[in-house]
Amino acid sequence: MAGEKTRVAVHKFSSCDGCQLAFLNMGEALLTLFEQVDIVHFAEAGPVDPTAVVDISFVEGSLSTAADLQRIRAIRANSGFLVTIGACATAGGLQALRNVADQDDWVASVYATPDTISLLDKVTPINAQVKVDLEIHGCPVNTRQLTAALRSLLAGVTPVDEQDKLCLECKRRHHVCVMVTQGMPCMGPVTRTGCGALCPGVGRDCYGCYGAAENVNVSSLGGHFSTLQLDPAQTSHRLVSFNSADPAFSPGLAAGVKQND
Amino acid sequence: MEAPRSVNSFLPRKALDALLSALRDGGYDCAAPVVRDGAVVYTRLQAQDRLPHGISIQQAPGRYRVGFTDSPRNFSWANGPQALKPFVFTAHETLWSARRDPDGNLCFTEPDRNVDPVAIIGVRSCDLAALALQDRHFLDGACADPHYQARRASLFLVAVNCSHPSDTCFCVSTGDGPAASDGYDLLLDELDDGFVIQAGSPEGQKILDRLPVVSTTDRQLQDINRQNRHAAECQTRRLPPGNLEPALFANLDHPHWQTVAERCLSCGNCTSVCPTCFCYRELDQGTLDSDHSEHIREWDSCFTQGHSYIHGVTIRAGTDLRYRQWLAHKLGSWHSQYGRSGCVGCGRCISWCPVGIDLTEEVATIVGAAS
Repeated sequence: MAGEKTRVAVHKFSSCDGCQLAFLNMGEALLTLFEQVDIVHFAEAGPVDPTAVVDISFVEGSLSTAADLQRIRAIRANSGFLVTIGACATAGGLQALRNVADQDDWVASVYATPDTISLLDKVTPINAQVKVDLEIHGCPVNTRQLTAALRSLLAGVTPVDEQDKLCLECKRRHHVCVMVTQGMPCMGPVTRTGCGALCPGVGRDCYGCYGAAENVNVSSLGGHFSTLQLDPAQTSHRLVSFNSADPAFSPGLAAGVKQND
Repeated sequence: MEAPRSVNSFLPRKALDALLSALRDGGYDCAAPVVRDGAVVYTRLQAQDRLPHGISIQQAPGRYRVGFTDSPRNFSWANGPQALKPFVFTAHETLWSARRDPDGNLCFTEPDRNVDPVAIIGVRSCDLAALALQDRHFLDGACADPHYQARRASLFLVAVNCSHPSDTCFCVSTGDGPAASDGYDLLLDELDDGFVIQAGSPEGQKILDRLPVVSTTDRQLQDINRQNRHAAECQTRRLPPGNLEPALFANLDHPHWQTVAERCLSCGNCTSVCPTCFCYRELDQGTLDSDHSEHIREWDSCFTQGHSYIHGVTIRAGTDLRYRQWLAHKLGSWHSQYGRSGCVGCGRCISWCPVGIDLTEEVATIVGAAS
């Protein structure tokens, strides 16, 4: 690529488009970014060339239809480095909740002509279908995360996988623990860092929108939640809301939550 | 070495503001324990701020609750989540930065290390002991840490002998409290009507000389002796006595490590609140155009994957090994490394563990000293 700008595409599948906004929210830094890269496909921002061959693809959203499967395979083939962004792309997102519900019932209740809706049996994150080189988690992801990943990739360095528990960032910011002082059912001990500990910073419990950290102990935290007056179903809901297709937060695990003695 | 003492000065409660004034006149900012977001935390006082009184605290494994009473006392509680650590070993800081000049050369700069002097009011003996351990780690030897050193030199420490240990405290068993023996500039013993006050350093004596103190009475000295005795006797938790290094390293395969791992969240709250834990990681944060980069140091923990990641291999992938690393180092190999245990008995790791794991119980089981 010597002498040429890095070519970048931003694709989307089933999602709310919110993660792509993290690019647009860069503000003035976008001008710097445009000096570094050519953005050849980014429908939300303007450029449209969905079959372009690129160095880096950012992919938002999860896979819901047969057409999605064909498209993601083509994107993979056209991309040197594929980065998924956000809870939908990395862990299913809200729409993956239909995997654990009566799908036909949901479709019938939402659409006037359900027979015209053609869906895959399961919503899957991108990594279930193609090789993913880097996952950036969050619902939504933020500009700092995207900037850090881009900076590393442009420098030829492996981006840092931010996978520690949120508690560490909370303590670095000297936020007072809402679970220990107020008995709130905080998801921080199983949730990955990256958001900047936003919720505990304003006195509320983390609800896990950044997905599972590495080496989580969902069973122990669920058992502790039961002492905070959450029943197993409520604990399960906290786990599966945004990231139900992440095996670490899967309903199966949640159903196995132990009651504390 | 214990500082020479003359325990004959009493600062009436109504003269407490004179202590704040003397410290400010001496050039110090004042940081004092106040209640914020449900915990006692050190906060910089504004010019007209006074010390809060009547705070009471209940601590238990995984639980911390603040209450308020009509007591006139300012220090009738044990501790909050922070020790002195954030003042000296900061959670996140820039060690150096690099900039590319117009000719393409890299220029490196160090951050400004000027630190305004700060007086910290209400420091407990456990945290003084922890500070001495952090001093040993960051300052002893050929390469003292200049960032730590600058902040450490800025501290003026007003200690208070702990009169109200929490249920989670066990400083008596580690030999670090509840009364302070050294490492302070001023030391207070709090009574309802005021403070027995003594200096532990020339700087402390200078402040003490400016205070409207009166002579102590025999009754006051009897009261503080009784108070200190009670604070020691009311502690129910304890570590097994002696150097636990041999016993811990003889039990590296004990099945109880796995039993703890079934509860442990590997979340790092214990190491973050521990006043002696010093592990950090370093990372670089550059701009998109690669013209500027900051080299950052921030708190890390032996409970993270990255802590034991070396060249493609994670040495301690499971929680059993991470918990073992923490305990075997803190209570074991610290003896070889620093000449004593790394635990000062403050109990924070017990109170602030979300699931209430109690290291005094776990270590007793592992070394076979459980009652």
